[in-house]
Amino acid sequence: MRKVVVLGATKGIGRAVARQLAARGDALFLLGRDPTDLAASARDLEIRAARAEGSVGTAPCDLERPDDFGAALDSAGVVLGGFDTVVVTAGLFATQDRLEAEPKLARRLLTADFANTVVFCEEARRHLLARGGGTLCVFTSVAGERGRKPVVLYGAAKAGLTHYLEGLDHKFHDKGLRVICVKPGFVKTGMTAGLPTPPFAGEPEGVARDVVRAIDRGTPVVYTPGIWRLIMMVIRMLPRFVMRKIGF
Amino acid sequence: MLGRKGETLAGWGRAPVVPGHEVRSEDLARIADGRPLSRGLGRSYGDSSLPAASDREVVSTVLADRILSFDADSGLLRAEAGLSLDEIYRLFLPRGWFVPVTPGTKFVTLGGMVAADVHGKNHHKSGCFGAHVLDIKVRVADGRTVRCSPMIEPDLFRATIGGMGLTGHILEVAFKMVRVPSPWIWQESERMPNIEAFIAALKGASADWPMTAGWIDCLSSGAKMGRGILFKGRWATPEEAPKHAPRPKRRFSIPFDFPQFVLGPLSIRAFNFLFYWKHLRQVQRRIVHPESTFYPLDMLWHWNRMYGRRGLTQHQCVLPNEAGAGAARRFLEVLTARGGASFLCVIKDCGPEGVGMLSFPRPGISIALDIAVRKDTPALIDALNECVVKEGGRIYLAKDAFTRAEHFRAMEPRLEEFQRVRRIWDPNRKLRSAQSVRLFGDPP
Repeated sequence: MRKVVVLGATKGIGRAVARQLAARGDALFLLGRDPTDLAASARDLEIRAARAEGSVGTAPCDLERPDDFGAALDSAGVVLGGFDTVVVTAGLFATQDRLEAEPKLARRLLTADFANTVVFCEEARRHLLARGGGTLCVFTSVAGERGRKPVVLYGAAKAGLTHYLEGLDHKFHDKGLRVICVKPGFVKTGMTAGLPTPPFAGEPEGVARDVVRAIDRGTPVVYTPGIWRLIMMVIRMLPRFVMRKIGF
Repeated sequence: MLGRKGETLAGWGRAPVVPGHEVRSEDLARIADGRPLSRGLGRSYGDSSLPAASDREVVSTVLADRILSFDADSGLLRAEAGLSLDEIYRLFLPRGWFVPVTPGTKFVTLGGMVAADVHGKNHHKSGCFGAHVLDIKVRVADGRTVRCSPMIEPDLFRATIGGMGLTGHILEVAFKMVRVPSPWIWQESERMPNIEAFIAALKGASADWPMTAGWIDCLSSGAKMGRGILFKGRWATPEEAPKHAPRPKRRFSIPFDFPQFVLGPLSIRAFNFLFYWKHLRQVQRRIVHPESTFYPLDMLWHWNRMYGRRGLTQHQCVLPNEAGAGAARRFLEVLTARGGASFLCVIKDCGPEGVGMLSFPRPGISIALDIAVRKDTPALIDALNECVVKEGGRIYLAKDAFTRAEHFRAMEPRLEEFQRVRRIWDPNRKLRSAQSVRLFGDPP
């Protein structure tokens, strides 16, 4: 049985991952922005897994407020009696058009999705290493694979995060830290609700299954749905003059 | 709000197909703002969950699927509107709880079950789903969120149950689950020689059996007209039931659209012949899997593809008891006169009318026909509806795609009252569907 802290469990893929972990008996602690929303998600997990009311703990934690990260993880540690797994699915998203039109939003997104996520992971890493290791599973995106027109800014933040996670893996693998970098392709969640659905779009449940398997096996890089590994392989090989022409 | 290029929406029957797309979020109240309609898993057959011609977006409720509370003493369950019956089945049947009323597929959402006020094999005993709903949270047209129940805003409550989502976006539903003695079903099935015997047996069985329904061979005519198999069931007692839990049924997928001849007259004849004579003994008694009882077609993933690219429609009507015992035969005669082109025909006796202002069932005989869409389908539906009007019956909106407004009005004296409630909560008709434009006279 794992003891898992999830940042972003109230929505989308994070919700699906938390449900699958709860269903198989893992202990959970949820971090998120809105206390009411967190309480509802915790209750949902308890009922689904037939657990007692109050057995899934929560604490407020906002990617835009890095000063609170330490306290949030501390309280998770106290309630769970130490934790061995941290899952980070939270992040901001906006279309490239919107980010270009609203520089303030762009700054918020770059800060939350790169700098603050890294700060959170650093905090989580210290907690995990202090107890001799554990699993840190973080969601980046296939958007970080290559500079592309529709995701210039979002993709750049995710690319930075991907590199950070790789470095972390190299440095602390020997110390027992398992770093899992999840690169979801297009998944039909609230985050992507404003976008046209492309082919090979995934559902949150399927992606969550891939993620739980990767956590158990310690797979360092996960593309999900799996077909996106091939798609991105092709995209990475396209010459620059082609990338300038196409809209992808 | 412009439509996105090339994206289309359709109901389960895949006829009609209209331009439009779904907008998904966990936060229903937020995305409901300014949008005309909510849609769950899209299992209504026709245009109930489709946007009107000038709208492009509908709210998809499927991500709002949290269970908010469950009281293991009373069975009271409160959940967000997008929770699917599939999840409820998976989570609660092993614990000895089940929904009080289930439709014929578990790929529906709670919101959809309320909006269509679904009924099931136990309608004669338990009524519609709405009879078990304690309260509903609705986001009405002006943006307010209203909690309604039989005591609070009773008109809105009654109009929302069976109101096809036209009174507001359903956000949360609280209803009473029921305890079941085991997850298995004890079933008795019996071959029926004709429609008269069938109806008599259905009515006879209703006193003793909590679940009844039948399948009719709608190609048979004359003395054999309406022959078929009657199914009667109840939850098996712990002593009768197998000791193991029912394993999830294997699911087969229909991989592509079948060409039209697959569901042609010859295969319909063959299927109906086999289905009837497969039941060799007059009466069979056995324990059956709950999914085989409630959701036989759910095992065929994408079964609507069997009907080809042009899709299918279902005509489901209820012929009231007052129309007399001959009504069902007269109805089937209209069908057979036109070649009886229905693959599946399901018959069921309905109990008393429920709380829903526009709910489908009323005391009488319900007949549901799956019909492949062809050139002559509108004419067939017209002919069937003329018979329904004459017999004083009505149709089920969740299935309908082809009924004309004049037929619908002739069947629904209750429409006036429903529209009165809608005028109070939505005077500018912000909430509507392709179906409400077609049948209720909403602005296109």
